[in-house]
Amino acid sequence: MIELNNINKSFGDLDVLSDISIKFEAGKTNLIIGQSGSGKTVLLKSIIGLHDVDNGHIYYGDRDFTNMSFKERKLIRKEMGMVFQGGALFDSLTVEENVRFPLDMFSDMNEDDRRARVKFCLDRVDIKKAHKLYPAEISGGMQKRVAIARAIVLNPSYLFCDEPNSGLDPVTAIVIDKLIQEITKEYEMTTIINTHDMNSVMEIGEKILFINKGVKAWEGSSDEIFDTENQNLNNFVFASNLFKKIKKEL
Amino acid sequence: MSFVENIGKYVLFLNRVFSKPERGRVFFEQIIKEIYKLGVNSVGIVVIISVFMGAVISLQTAYNLVNPLLPDYLVGYTTRESMILEFSSTIVGLILAGKVGSNIASEIGSMRVTEQIDALEIMGVNSASYLIFPKIIAAVFINPFLYVLSVFVGIAGGLLASYMTGAVSIPDFLYGVQFGLIPYYITYSLIKTLVFAFIITSVPSFYGYYVSGGALEVGRASTKAVVNSSILILLANLILTQILLK
Repeated sequence: MIELNNINKSFGDLDVLSDISIKFEAGKTNLIIGQSGSGKTVLLKSIIGLHDVDNGHIYYGDRDFTNMSFKERKLIRKEMGMVFQGGALFDSLTVEENVRFPLDMFSDMNEDDRRARVKFCLDRVDIKKAHKLYPAEISGGMQKRVAIARAIVLNPSYLFCDEPNSGLDPVTAIVIDKLIQEITKEYEMTTIINTHDMNSVMEIGEKILFINKGVKAWEGSSDEIFDTENQNLNNFVFASNLFKKIKKEL
Repeated sequence: MSFVENIGKYVLFLNRVFSKPERGRVFFEQIIKEIYKLGVNSVGIVVIISVFMGAVISLQTAYNLVNPLLPDYLVGYTTRESMILEFSSTIVGLILAGKVGSNIASEIGSMRVTEQIDALEIMGVNSASYLIFPKIIAAVFINPFLYVLSVFVGIAGGLLASYMTGAVSIPDFLYGVQFGLIPYYITYSLIKTLVFAFIITSVPSFYGYYVSGGALEVGRASTKAVVNSSILILLANLILTQILLK
């Protein structure tokens, strides 16, 4: 479980996040949604500690992340996995070496166990024949799957995904979404996904936080999102013709 | 950003770089890779430039020795002294600042803009130490070898040019090469080489590490890295010469 209490973040005079509080539960796919520039990436980066918040507290379970020392944060980071928007795979390493990297850095496993774990994670994301290829030699969808394999290789308790299906076709995007959801259930992880893709919201949105101009504007599930009275959320959800049509039919 | 702010940021950056590596084995492997990338891959350019510079120095010296009282062996002597004192340390340092410096700044800058450095940080890896510490160690280790190689190849180039043009005889040239050698000059130049190796790796790494934006900014950081490390090499050369040869 990850809990945010009254999070505020500004860059100079610009207030990016104001007073955001929410509880993200384990075993669920928690989504942060909002328009581009609404502050969702800053919120995600604040949760994982790439940005320090100005005020408020972030709790991982009962551990206050905001008051942790550098060493304590380093320890908790070993419980985190992150899938970046562009995959962020290391260019100079092969697919296999990318997935193996966290094990080489932090695990005490022997060589055979490491190989087995890498194979298991790559099999789990359905990468069978690209082990020796470099990231530049595989497709965007495969890069995302390798990034997921790398993120779960250390059995993390927390998984963060920044727009995991951006740049992917709708079919591959749903495959990636479903994969993240399955892994979340399997390992009972607390998963937080940043997205502005309504397909993702409908497919896997078990708990959704809608941010508008840096402020928490709505919280609920994908079942509740069509019934909301929140005008900003309505504008966001029904922006496309497809969803306008769905709304008419409802 | 002001000059003073940049210096402060650079010092804090070095503080992060010189931290205990996460895993000794991984660190050692990184050093070996960097020795290959920064050192072995630079052998070609060092050899080519040193041969030609050695040849030009010997020819220019030979053509300027118009006074019959000046012995021919001075050609070999001058070539050796030029290579040992200045060319193989400072000029090779400047050339490597261009080749290696731009490579490092663009490599690390690209990793920054494609979030690979963020990925390392999220994993709990000290990205500055993991990426840059091995580069500094590798350059400090391998550059003295490049210096020695440059001296030998430069002298060989001078010998070859002198022989082929008939400017000076081989025995005269070789006598000059061995004449009046002050071993401390080699120590002085090796010290300069070590300092330059540190500049060539740490300054471009700094510019690459703090890039924000996209490909355009990576290019700008690369240019800044080369210009500023070249200026720092020249400045360090002046200071070290004043201190070490006083």
